[in-house]
Formats: sequence, structure tokens, C-alpha cells
Amino acid sequence: MGSFSVRNTKEILRDPINMAFGLGFPIALLLLLTAIQANVPVEVFPVERLTPGIAMFGLSFVSLFSATLIAKDRSTAFLTRLLSSPLTARDFILGYTLPLLPMCLIQSVVCYVTGFCLGLRPGWTVLAALAALIPSNIFFISLGFLCGSLFNDKQVGGICGALLTNMAALLSGTWFDLEMVGGPFLRVAEVLPFVHAVDAGRVALSGDWSNMVLNLLWTTGWAFVALTASIAVFRGKMRR
Amino acid sequence: MNAIETLHLTKRYGPKTAVDSLCLHVENGELFALLGVNGAGKTTTIRMLSCLVRPTSGDALILGGSVLTSPETVKRRISVSPQETAVAQNLTVVENLELMAGIYGLLDRKKRAQQVVKELGLEEIVENKAKVLSGGWQRRLSIAMALITEPEVLFLDEPTLGLDVLARRELWEVIRALRGRTTVVLTTHYLEEAEALSDHVGIMAAGRLQAVGTPEELKQRAGTSDFEEAFICLASEKGAA
Repeated sequence: MGSFSVRNTKEILRDPINMAFGLGFPIALLLLLTAIQANVPVEVFPVERLTPGIAMFGLSFVSLFSATLIAKDRSTAFLTRLLSSPLTARDFILGYTLPLLPMCLIQSVVCYVTGFCLGLRPGWTVLAALAALIPSNIFFISLGFLCGSLFNDKQVGGICGALLTNMAALLSGTWFDLEMVGGPFLRVAEVLPFVHAVDAGRVALSGDWSNMVLNLLWTTGWAFVALTASIAVFRGKMRR
Repeated sequence: MNAIETLHLTKRYGPKTAVDSLCLHVENGELFALLGVNGAGKTTTIRMLSCLVRPTSGDALILGGSVLTSPETVKRRISVSPQETAVAQNLTVVENLELMAGIYGLLDRKKRAQQVVKELGLEEIVENKAKVLSGGWQRRLSIAMALITEPEVLFLDEPTLGLDVLARRELWEVIRALRGRTTVVLTTHYLEEAEALSDHVGIMAAGRLQAVGTPEELKQRAGTSDFEEAFICLASEKGAA
């Protein structure tokens, strides 16, 4: 499994598009929105609310990396070779998912370090905010694994690259207050994990623990569902 | 001793029977070619023998292990070079080789990788990423990845497809060198390749095994001195071997 996960890490890190979107795009967004904030009189994008949102949003690109890698392997004979090797289902699942966990952590750390440069106060609550993202890390990695197991690489580009990133952006409350829209939009957003992932980070950063548990439970539940579904689907595909 | 024995091996996809009650045996260390026109069932047979596809009925024993009940054991002892090139695109040639050595748990993976690089003449591209290689080099790398694990049974699905004449002849020498120490099952559309390399040839048509024998035996059976004529005659013959 070690050799396989090292290979997956190399495949992802050696793709310059992954690096540009995974690290460059969230940083660019933080800089851009903070620059906008500096030029408007009302508080629209305060850095302590924006940073947890961008940190969550950046994770949607990890789903894209994961899904693209698996879908490409499936579309070529490379996966055929691996499936005829002694690798077990467990090896495949861990090999595809584990290398992404440190990538998620690095991406989140880079977001918060950029936040510090833009005025976010460093403190131990940042560690709590990073910890609050762990269920989201698992959710986005699993979702990528699921999409990569189900769809081809072109479909993955549409689903994870367009649909998921837009959902993570619009339904997370990062760019605007969801209460302002209200109605079905708000209800759908509250069912999905994105806004809870952002809120968990925000309350952790503010040191207000009272609202953290519910948000964490919600994102953990979604992470569990996504992980279980992805393992079931991949195992099903292996057995054909 | 048989390295491979199939026992009424059958694969159906809905109403279509891809492989129909296949019974054949391949002896240890021999080079066996599976011939047939497109859709004859060659690739499905290889996929079942290499535990990639579960048979609908019947079984196959690889070195005594069942593909149905002990696929993990079988997988440790075999290697497959699929019909399409199967390489990790962003890894270098040597990284691809070391990856396969690592997956099969080889301890001296660097040394073994260097050996295979030398055997297959990959020295000049060893640090190149797979994605920048020509089709011919990728194909050779793909076969090297199957060989690095020193399998007891090697399945080569159309190994020389897309190679130029010189590269094909070089690969023939590599395959010939395996005779006696590795059991090789290869599928090919190049009849001269099957005739030149194989100890025994099986001819499949519509999922059934039509004929098995040495190239000479098959020519005698078809009453011709030309192997291509013999193939055409036997592949279109009604009835099993």
C-alpha cells in the first residue's frame, strides 16, 4: 500500500494545475476579497470570517484532484494492472485517500497563514479551527473517491470541478449571509455540510464553543455517509 | 505439471456468452498463444485467468490455486500486461518499475528495476516521465512492469500491438528468454508471432476453443503448410477441439 500511496501523491503533486488550483486559487481569493473589503465602507469580508470559508472552499479542489486521479486510472489499463496485483480493496481505499489528508492540512494551513498576513490574529484558536476542518477533509476526500469511482474523467471535471465547487461556494455562507436569501435556498444549505463546516471553523476561531458541537456533528455525519458510500461503490466496482 | 487448467470456464454478459465452457491446460514453463478473431473471447479468458473478471460458471486453477476461491494467492504469482498500455503517466520509467516491485513486496526493488531496465533496453529513457514517451516505448515499459515481479505465470494481451518491426523482434527475444522459467500466455493477432514463439496454440471462435496443438499439428490438421491458412480453416470450423 505504501508504494501505491506514494505513487498517488506524486501523480497529484506533479500536475501543475492541481498546485495552481489547490494552493494558488484560495490564496488569490483571500487577497482579492480582502482588497475589496479595504475599499468598501461596510464590513463585507472580515478576514476572521472569510478565512474559515476559503479554507473550506479550497477543500472542494481536493475532491477534484482525488476524483480525477481515480477516474483517469479507471479509464486507462493502469487500474486493470493494479486490480490484477495483490493490492486488496483496503490497500486501494487507503492508497487513494491517505495521501490527500496531509494535502488538505497543508492547504488549510496556507489559507490561515495568508489570513495572518491579511490581519487575522494568530492564536491557539487557529489550531482549533484547523481541527474543526478534519471531518470536512474526510468528506471532500471521500466525495472525490466516490465521484472518481462512478464517473469518467470528463464527467468528474463537470461534477467536481464545476458543480461541487459552486455548491461549496454558494451554499457555505462564505461570500454572503444565507439568511439574506432565506427560503428553500437556506433550508437546502442547512441540510448540506458546507455551511456547517464554515461555521465550525468560525466559532472555533472566535473561541465560542457553544455552537461548535452541532456543526461538527453535522459535518462528521456527512463525512461518514460519503466515506461509507465511496467504499461500497469502489468495492462493488472491484468485484465485477 | 499444469500451470493453468480451466474447468468449463464460462463468462456470460446478459444473453451474450463471451467464453463458453472453456477447457484447456497449459504446462509449466511453456509459451501458449491464444488466437482468434475480434470478439472470440481471448481477452475475457485472460481477464478471468488473472482474477479481473469473475467467471459465470466453471473455474480455473493457476498453479493449483482457484481463481474463484483463492484469487489473492493467484495474484501474488501472476502478472498481466494488458492490451492497452498500462503505465502511471506522471512517474518516470524507473519509478513505474519500482512501483510495481513495491506493490508485489520485492525487497531489492532498485536492483531489480535496474535489471529489467537492462533486459528491455530502457536505459536511454529511464529518467523520462511515462507521459512523454512514444507509444512504442510506453508499450515496452508496460511489459517491463509485468516482468519486474518475476511472475510464475505471465499474461501478455497483444504484447506487440503498435510496435514497429524492429521493436517487435526485440520483444520476441525477451519473450523467448522467458521460456522454461515462466509460463507465458499471450494473445495476438499476428499469426507469424504465434507461430514463431509458441509451444502450443489455442484457436478460439465465438467463445469456444476450436483447436489446440503445436503450430505444426494445427497445420497438419488443417491440411496446409501455411499457418494463416490453418488458422482461417480451424477458426471457421464448426465444433469444439
